[in-house]
Amino acid sequence: MSIIALPAEAVVVVGAPMSYWRTVAWRLSRDGATLGAGLLLLLVVLSAVLAPWISPHDPNAGSIRLRLAPVGAPLHVLGTDEQGRDMLSRLLWGGRMTLLAGLTPVVVAFALGTMLGVVAGYVGGITNTLVMRTMDVFYAFPAVLLAIAISGALGPGLPNTLISLSVVFIPRVVRVAESATVQVKGLEYVAAARASGAGVLQILRYHLLANILGPVLVFASTQVSLSIILAAGLSFLGLGVTPPAAEWGLMLNTLRQSIYVNAVVPALPGLAIFVTSMAFNLVSDGLRDAMEIRA
Amino acid sequence: MWQYVGRRLVLAIPTLLGASIIVFAMVHLAPGDPIAAVLPVDASKEQVEAVKKAYGFDKPLPVQYLKWLGRVITGDLGKSIATRRAVILDVRDSLANSLVLAISSSVLAFGAGIALGLLAAFWQGRWLDKLASAVAVVGVSVPHYWAGIILIIIFSAQLNWLPAMGAAADGGIVAYLRHMTLPTIALALIPLGVIARVVRSASLDILAQEFVLALRAKGLPRRRVLTHVVKNAAPQIITVLGLQFGFQLGGSVLVETVFSWPGTGYLLNLAIFQRDIPVLQGVILVLATFFVLLNLLVDVLQTFIDPRIARH
Repeated sequence: MSIIALPAEAVVVVGAPMSYWRTVAWRLSRDGATLGAGLLLLLVVLSAVLAPWISPHDPNAGSIRLRLAPVGAPLHVLGTDEQGRDMLSRLLWGGRMTLLAGLTPVVVAFALGTMLGVVAGYVGGITNTLVMRTMDVFYAFPAVLLAIAISGALGPGLPNTLISLSVVFIPRVVRVAESATVQVKGLEYVAAARASGAGVLQILRYHLLANILGPVLVFASTQVSLSIILAAGLSFLGLGVTPPAAEWGLMLNTLRQSIYVNAVVPALPGLAIFVTSMAFNLVSDGLRDAMEIRA
Repeated sequence: MWQYVGRRLVLAIPTLLGASIIVFAMVHLAPGDPIAAVLPVDASKEQVEAVKKAYGFDKPLPVQYLKWLGRVITGDLGKSIATRRAVILDVRDSLANSLVLAISSSVLAFGAGIALGLLAAFWQGRWLDKLASAVAVVGVSVPHYWAGIILIIIFSAQLNWLPAMGAAADGGIVAYLRHMTLPTIALALIPLGVIARVVRSASLDILAQEFVLALRAKGLPRRRVLTHVVKNAAPQIITVLGLQFGFQLGGSVLVETVFSWPGTGYLLNLAIFQRDIPVLQGVILVLATFFVLLNLLVDVLQTFIDPRIARH
């Protein structure tokens, strides 16, 4: 009789298997890039929310004598814009507008798009054909063009921006939600639920939504950065938020004329858009990896 | 396969019709009466009725749509409110300029993106791979209108190497090329990132397959293995190239505005500024049609490269 000696590393303590969300959290905690981007995002959101309390100056109060002060000027850490308004304050206030204009359409699209997609996917048949063919029509336009078409017709203003961007993102969410629903619908446990007498609403709520919400949410999060870039882009074209409100795209547009006088200050609003959209992208990439969703 | 191609062609028709309905609806989305722009403020009731009749606004909407569609199909996109010129003429001139930029930026982005994606896949985890990932993230995150402004600040305002505005249509080929350079780079950033990412992941999927192991085991040099990888990744790569080219045409609005490049985007911007709805409609309809046809072309090309697609 021989005793087999196990090497030390082969001895593994087997505990209870980790739950799905604990596994996701554990993976995220080891992903430096995502954590860093998340922290940056938190900073951007916090500074936008707290703008009224932390901005050093009134964002709309200008001074003709202080136009286009350079970065590091006394009292104006990030300089002033073409009307002598404090850049730091305007960037903080502008973040409120840009985040509002960029996030709202994705939230609206997530809510409406998931509903439409789940219904189309679950009911199937003619309803599905009708909904999905209608959504296909919106794919005839590149996102920027669709946003400009609707905003261009509706005219400038924040509400119109929100409407046009929601129209851009709803069809995308519908497609993802519909295909996820069709996949899950065919699984055995749904048939089992139906066989044991579950009603349609019960199946939709507990068996379908619970299983597709994760992937759809992650997809929606990948769209936030595009939404922010488009929202700022519409203001840049004069179709979004109207002056004198501070908004990053609008600020970039009005400062564009001043690049020959001051090369750094006019670039700041765009830098803010870039950093925010990159942070959103990195976080949604990390989420997707941690949740093991292939997209 | 031809049956599949035929079916795809037929399926494109409802999409185009749907797109035309959206474009038609733009007039009615616009706040205020669509004829207000062509009427004097103090127009009498009879004048209003006469203009309504002349423009066909007294008919029910479906009739208006069909009449409009009939004109559009024959190439009559109406007249610009601002210049009274036929919209089709403006669109034709600007489309040529936009196509030039779309092609030049696509060539740059396709070449650099494919090379970067392949290199990243072959040296997975090394610094080149990390560079490719960084380029991909920056590419999809950067607002390209801001990138254009940064390029102007550096290369025009500071270094004074390249012009920042216009196309120098009558300044000779060298001047034209010099004006093209900065907008081309700005437009290439997004597709560069997207393509590098797709090519990398497509190549990695193929590199992980057993036949690649077999090729390596029999001692095939790296360069020849690369050929096999490219051939197998081609359908996926072509799809993304086609889509990106379409986006270049429609997405250049903001970059053209930054560089005052006389293309469709600039025309759109002008139309937005003057609330010139017929021009807005014309440009968007033509660009959307291009986009749908391009997608169709990509689909058809794919079935020729990979006949398995037609069977699904």
